[in-house]
Amino acid sequence: MAEPVTTAHGERRKEPQGRAERTRLVTGPGLLLVWLYSVMSVGAVSRSVYQILTDFGTAPLAHSLSAIAAVVYAFITYTLVRGGETARRAALVCCAAELAGVLIVGTWTVLEPSAFPDSTVWSEYGMGYLFIPVLLPVTGMLWLRRSRGPQPVAAG
Amino acid sequence: MLDALTVAVGVTALALAAWCGFAAYRDQPTKDWHFIGMAVVSLLALAQLVVGIVQLARGEKAHGGSTIFVVYLIGAFASVPAAGFLSLAERTRWGSATVAAGAVVLAVLEVRLYDIWGG
Repeated sequence: MAEPVTTAHGERRKEPQGRAERTRLVTGPGLLLVWLYSVMSVGAVSRSVYQILTDFGTAPLAHSLSAIAAVVYAFITYTLVRGGETARRAALVCCAAELAGVLIVGTWTVLEPSAFPDSTVWSEYGMGYLFIPVLLPVTGMLWLRRSRGPQPVAAG
Repeated sequence: MLDALTVAVGVTALALAAWCGFAAYRDQPTKDWHFIGMAVVSLLALAQLVVGIVQLARGEKAHGGSTIFVVYLIGAFASVPAAGFLSLAERTRWGSATVAAGAVVLAVLEVRLYDIWGG
């Protein structure tokens, strides 16, 4: 069967650009990444809004951490969609921060569960979210580094 | 009634995930048949959204809380169509992979919905 090529959607790409060509980060594997990040953003944002509105007092630490996670996810999604070199670097830094957050909060919840009467997105390394919170920043950083090519400074 | 729908949506979502995952594996973009599959799964999720809201309106209680329940219902309904639209713009295997991921998200949401409803 011949592959029908739909041109209707291709035309959307000719969007006016303020500056010179931005590196598109939402192509190929990047699309899957953006999708997963937007799912995590929606999940984390709605979760933390609900937690903070209903019972912030019972677990302020867990709920603050949820809010931080939500902001990080939303910001990474935005930078990925926006594209460009600055956004790419910002996303790279945030992915590193996200990974650090997952590892620190994850370890913390394992070592001292009593500090968290309510769970966060990053509790137990994101087990409640199929460990996606751990896997996402790693694949994110790989993708972001590859989409640049040779890089002068290696990100930690 | 709701449990049967939840299982139906979950199973069809997993089937869609496998199908689109297979397309991604074979290096193919999403095609018309895939979109028909997405439409079927989305219709089931829409039916679930309607039935869920009707049951709440009738006075039945979701154990995990009505607000959370409705938010999850909306999220479940939106996940596959959203991934489908993204795959329209990405005519490669990665479009198919995104739809597969969206269907997996839906299946996970169904498990959560089951818990929230049943307690």
